[in-house]
Amino acid sequence: MANKQKKNPIVLFIHKTGSPEYFYKLSGRFLPWLIAITTILTAWGLYQALYVVPPDYQQSESYRILFIHVPSAWMSMFIYAAMAVMAFIALVWRIKVAEICAMASAPIGAAFTFITLCTGALWGKPMWGAYWVWDARMTSELVLLFIYLGIIALYRSIDDRRAAARVASIMALVGLVNLPIIHYSVEWWTTLHQGQTIRLTGPSSIDASMLPPLIIMAVATKTYFIAAMLANARNMLIEQDRNKSWVRRLIGDAP
Amino acid sequence: MRAGSAQVLMAMIWRDLRLAMRRRGQLAHPLLFLTLITVLFPLALGPDPKQLGAIAVGIIWVGALVAVTMTLSDLYRSDRDDGWLEQLMVSGHPMVLVAIGRSFSHWLTTGLPLLLLTPLFASFLNMPEQLLSTLLLSLLLGTPTLSLIGNIVAALTVGIGRSGFLVGLLVLPLYVPVLLFAAGAVNAQAGGLSPDAHLLMLAAIATLAATLTPWATAAALRTSLSSN
Repeated sequence: MANKQKKNPIVLFIHKTGSPEYFYKLSGRFLPWLIAITTILTAWGLYQALYVVPPDYQQSESYRILFIHVPSAWMSMFIYAAMAVMAFIALVWRIKVAEICAMASAPIGAAFTFITLCTGALWGKPMWGAYWVWDARMTSELVLLFIYLGIIALYRSIDDRRAAARVASIMALVGLVNLPIIHYSVEWWTTLHQGQTIRLTGPSSIDASMLPPLIIMAVATKTYFIAAMLANARNMLIEQDRNKSWVRRLIGDAP
Repeated sequence: MRAGSAQVLMAMIWRDLRLAMRRRGQLAHPLLFLTLITVLFPLALGPDPKQLGAIAVGIIWVGALVAVTMTLSDLYRSDRDDGWLEQLMVSGHPMVLVAIGRSFSHWLTTGLPLLLLTPLFASFLNMPEQLLSTLLLSLLLGTPTLSLIGNIVAALTVGIGRSGFLVGLLVLPLYVPVLLFAAGAVNAQAGGLSPDAHLLMLAAIATLAATLTPWATAAALRTSLSSN
């Protein structure tokens, strides 16, 4: 190409990472750093959350599960948005790496949604006296989990990996349009039925001392997601491309 | 000379309806299924009319959701197997027409019969009579959305064999808003409130679904067909 030097560096970066081989090598360089950052941040955040921060004046020690629950809840939605963006890119530009990254995100998102529901139930037992209450946010989180599971199941039930990724990507986008509708319909449903709804987040105005561990954990879950997604995507990529020359070169099977 | 879009659409709907009439037995399956559901609940819960009347709306609507879901996995199956969809794709007619036509004919053969039989189910379950008109209205506004969203999932799973459970897993979470507003309308009426807000929301969701889902269905059909 004659105008190679003129190319925007960002566009160039996107074009390069669209190549499976380049993506594999680049992500392999990032991965150890991401894992290290995640480990340090998680250890630091959990230490802050479990030992440093004083107990809550109302909920005493049991509120500490919030430092896992709230970042997980944020991630359950953040990952869906990230997955939908990658699914959109995969469908419009047919980039294989984007397809794989979107599909690699789904199980991680489902796991965070599951953690959110479990920690919420564990917190709900001492606070509300029940593991499960039909609160608006809990219900829409549960529906979100089913949508994640549906996407994963759809992806796994088609043999052709690329077609499976495209079909599941469409499902992810359909879910993206539906999620706000589900969320607001559930919210309206509970407010109509129960009158005063119990808010899921205990303290409405959070104490300043509780904020640092929450932010650390929020960042740690983000880096964890990127690391886990890349690791997952790398595995899926070499499995899918196992007959391509770049993978054979990688494993020393071809000259 | 190529036929116009409206002509093609009418021809497709007409074809679907004729096919449905030739397979009358299958037409009755969702109705029999829902009838059985409404019979099983009193058997499980006891024949107390008051208790049954209170949960009749929930039983009918959940039964309708499941009945519609069970029709979805075969919605595009035979058209894919005999090559009809492929022929249509290479014919140059937009796939959106298939999506619109099939959604409409699916509603005519599934949603509408359920709606017409609902007075029978309601009396089975001792539902208070003044709630019947609201229930029918909620079904009239809600079941088209079920067909429209169901078409997306049917198109996505067309290449997958034995997709029954998968279809349910994919489509039922998407049906949640319809269920909430439809049952909410009847429950509001039962509680002495106006059901209008819920019914208007159902109408809004149906309008949104009618506008957006045919494009998603068309994209899903193209993707599913190009894969094998």
